[in-house]
Parts: sequence; C-alpha cells; structure tokens
Amino acid sequence: MVWFKRSKDGITTSTADKKETPEGLWYKCPTCKTVISRDDHAENLYVCATCNHHERLSSDEYFAILFDEDKYTEIAKGLYSADPLKFNDTKPYPARVKATQEKTGLKDAIKVAHGKVNGETLVVAAMDFKFIGGSLGSVMGEKIARGIDKAIALKSPFMIISKSGGARMMEAGLSLMQMAKVSAKLSQLSDAKLPYISFLTDPTTGGVTASFAMLGDINISEPNALIAFAGPRIVKETIGRDLPKGFQKAEFVLEHGFLDFIVERKDLKEKIGQSLVMFKG
Amino acid sequence: MENYLAFEEPIKVIDDEILKVREVEENSGVDSSKLIKDLEKKKTQTIKDIFKALTPWQRVQLSRHPDRPYSLDYINALTEGNFVELHGDRNVKDDKAMVGGFGQLNGKTVMFVGQQKGINTKMRQFRNFGMPNPEGYRKALRLFKLAEKFNIPIVTLIDTPGAFPGLEAEERGQGEAIARNIYEMMRLKVPVICVIIGEGASGGALGIGVGDKVVMLENSWYSVISPENCSTILWRSWDYKEQAADALKLTSTDMKGLKIVDDVIKEPIGGAHRHREEIFASVKDYLIKNIERLQKLDPEKRTAKRHEKFIEMGEYKGR
Ligand SMILES: [Zn+2]
Repeated sequence: MVWFKRSKDGITTSTADKKETPEGLWYKCPTCKTVISRDDHAENLYVCATCNHHERLSSDEYFAILFDEDKYTEIAKGLYSADPLKFNDTKPYPARVKATQEKTGLKDAIKVAHGKVNGETLVVAAMDFKFIGGSLGSVMGEKIARGIDKAIALKSPFMIISKSGGARMMEAGLSLMQMAKVSAKLSQLSDAKLPYISFLTDPTTGGVTASFAMLGDINISEPNALIAFAGPRIVKETIGRDLPKGFQKAEFVLEHGFLDFIVERKDLKEKIGQSLVMFKG
Repeated sequence: MENYLAFEEPIKVIDDEILKVREVEENSGVDSSKLIKDLEKKKTQTIKDIFKALTPWQRVQLSRHPDRPYSLDYINALTEGNFVELHGDRNVKDDKAMVGGFGQLNGKTVMFVGQQKGINTKMRQFRNFGMPNPEGYRKALRLFKLAEKFNIPIVTLIDTPGAFPGLEAEERGQGEAIARNIYEMMRLKVPVICVIIGEGASGGALGIGVGDKVVMLENSWYSVISPENCSTILWRSWDYKEQAADALKLTSTDMKGLKIVDDVIKEPIGGAHRHREEIFASVKDYLIKNIERLQKLDPEKRTAKRHEKFIEMGEYKGR
C-alpha cells in the first residue's frame, strides 16, 4: 500500500459524500486528516492505518466482510414504511422516506441476510446509518423479527449489527414498541437455545441501546464506537459540565462491564467465526 | 392549596368567587346558599365545557398536573394502606424514583412497582422528578422476580418524564437496565398489568411497561419522546410542542387505536386530580377484574400471548 499525506483543495471531500462519490479517489481521515487512495482505504476495510479510525460502514460492506466469498441471501427485501400516524413535520413522512430511498438506494435502515461465516451458518441484520440515522421503526422491527424466524428455521445463530440514533420519531409509539417486539423475538430465539451476538458499532444510542443491542449473549463493539442510552450532548446538559475523556466510547463501556470485547475490523470475521464455534460446545 | 393549569383558569375564577361569597356569608350571617348553588352549577358547566374538547397538549399538561395522584397515592388507596414497601436493587442503592412492594388488593397479594414523583420542591428532588437511574430498573426487576417466585401478580404504575440521562446512569448501564427489564418482563410467568397513570415517556416508561394488559388513564400520555423534545428536534424550538403533541398521537384514544395499549380507563370530567377517590375506584375495579381473568390462563400460554401481542405491533408495507 502506498502512503502519503496531502492536503489540497479538491481532495478534501467531506465525510458525508465520500463513498458515494464515484470520482472521489481519495479518502481523508476525519480524525488524523491522513489522505489515502480509496482503493487502499477499501483494502484496509475502511480503517485508517495511521490512527485506527474505523469509518462507518453500510450493511453491504459488513456483509462483504463477514460472509464467505461475499455470498449471502437477503430476506424481507421488499418491506418499506407505512404512514400509520400521518406524521407531518417539515415534510410528510412518506415523502421523507421516499426521498431517503432515492438518495441512498435503500428501502429502510436495515438489511437482513443469511450465509456462511468460516463455514458456519449465520443470520445477520445490519443497519444503515445513512437511512434516517439508522432509526428503529416498524420496518426494522419486522425485518429483525423475520431474521430471527429465519435463524430458528435454520437452527443458526443470529447477529445484529447496530448503528442507530435510536427510535424513529415519525412512528412515535409504534417505534417505541419495536423495542418490545424485538425483545419478544429474542426471547423466542433464546427458547430455541440459539446464540445471539450483538455487535454495537458507531453510533449505537437511544432505544436501540435500551433494548436489543444490550441483550446479546455476547455484546461486542468496534474501537472508539459511541455507545449510549442518552447521547453525550444530553448528558452534558443534564450535569452542566464537560464530560470525561472517552465517556461512552466502546473502551469505556467495556471497562464498565457492558461489553464482552472490542474487535478490530480486520479481526472481525475471525472473531465471529471463532465465537460461533465456541457456542457449538 | 389547589393548583390550576392555564386552561383551567375559568374554573379558578369561579372557585375564587365561591370563596369570597362564603367569607361574606360567614362575616355577615346573610344566607348565600342560593348564590353558591348557582356558582357551583356554573362551575360544573365550565368544567364540562373545558374537558369535553381537550387537545392532546392539554392532556399532556393534565398528565403532569401537580395535584394528580402519584404511584404511592394509588398504592395506598388500592391496598387501603395494607402495603409493605420494599427497597433496594441489592447492588448499588435504593432508587427513590422507583417504588415498589407487596400490597393486598381485595384480599390477595399483588406486587406493585411504579415511578414516583414528589409533591413539593424538596420531594421532587428526593424523587428525582420520577426519573429512575439504572438502580431503579434493577430494583423493579428484583421485585418482579420476587413476585414470580411466589406466584404473585404484578401491577406497574407508569409515571415518568423519562429515565434519568445522567453521567452515573450511563456508567452503570441505563440502556442495559431498561433492555433487561423489557426482555425479562416479556418472560414473567405471572400476570402483569401496566397502568400509565401520568407520563409515559419512552424507554423510561417501557422499562416497566411490558404486560399482558397495558392500560392508560384517559388523560395520560405515552410515546417515544415528549412533545417538547420532539418540537426541539423537528422545529429546533420548544414553541411547537402543541403541534408535536398532535403529531405524536400520544393520547390514550390514539394509542388504543394503534393497538399499542389494550384499554383506556376513563377519568371523571374534571380529571383525576379533582376526583381522586373515583379514579382510585376505577383503577381498582379494572385491576381486580383483569388479574382474575389473567390468572385463569395457563402461565405458558399467558406468556406466549404476551409475546405475540408485542410481536404484532408495527405497521409496514411490502413483503
Ligand atoms: Zn486517521
């Protein structure tokens, strides 16, 4: 891999439109500002080789890392949002969903797929943060529910890759109830004696943290990922002073006993594969 | 002293008038019973007019009315004082924002658990404004498990502006505590009834809100976020809380329509805070009837049904 540092107008693409820009040949690390070619960055699994910053990934990118030969079958692909509350803030909810679908090419904030990880069958539900902040609504709840049904049918372990700001406000009470719905499904998964791996990636906050993300048989995370119930801004407002360094980061959450381990992205597939074997006894 | 919300002001005007007439009557000895009777009639009509067309935001305000009965008021009334309060999560401390214990309801033991608000400035602080820390949720779970062990039905009373978003709360796993409760409540082998008596804000409410029956008092609210916070996020200002209250569909009627709650307990006209004994009686009646019904079901089937109820929640399109 070729390494060099450069900072020049034209290659300082913002983090928001980096991967989507086909002509963007360069990636600039938002943490240490190191610039690297997109190809090398992809080869690095989107981790900065200088400062170890783990760039946020999409569901597809995690599937590609995890599943053997990038082969997997997506389920419940066609589900999309209804408008049960006729929610209208600055934009009607269906219009917001449609615009987001067109912008992202996604149907909602999660994809569910099954395939093999080092030869072991695994059902994975992975969130997409760019779809309304990875928010938990009826579609996400139902997709996870179907993923769990699939895991039970395949007698396979189940994994959720969380990356979410929390419940989707535009579905109000119904989105809150998805926390209970997924918990009910996890309870069924548990009765079937099938393992549930919760992988909390940056960021995992709000209702997702206060439900299934914290309920793994093992809870794991990536370096420096934000994991919180109330986000840092709210906590800061509540206590009226600055937060300690590293507060609510994966390392902090591990230290306080809520994670089993933190895994570097380059080791993710191996660690998951190893864990899957351990569960088999 | 009675407290009045802004939209209750016309009632205050009449109450003040009645007081004045009574004072004059006492001092002068002149019989004013006719005048007082007329004023009382006027008051009844005014209350009726105000309460027949409450907006969602007005109901939110009612749910927070300082004179509204809180969890311990219900528990003491329902059990006629036959209540043994239990404390502590056996790990960190006793959370004063979450109360619970054994109580006798109609001659049978029930485990009561609920968020508790304070009645004055000092008590509000003592109760942390009804915002539990993780210890509160873990105390609740301890009591749920205790009830399950002795086959005692559980009643939760929900009244919280949210789980406390503090630094220590985060350190001690507020998210995990709520998550654990939701999961474990789903699996409890005894009947569970959850009553939203005031505010039902988000995960902080759901953390004691998974039951065979979830029921709202008419003038309570239940949603994923408070109207004020919703307004702040969507419109970047608190000024749109009324619109937010509309948009969130957080009233008891809306929530029943969405099949998120099973039942609504009517409040007397004028609200629970004007008719405490009546609302206590309605809640008591509901609980006795429903505990009896739920106890007739096979525990495995009852729990499976609870699972199914929550699994069916949500609306989506496509396949
Ligand atoms: Zn870097």
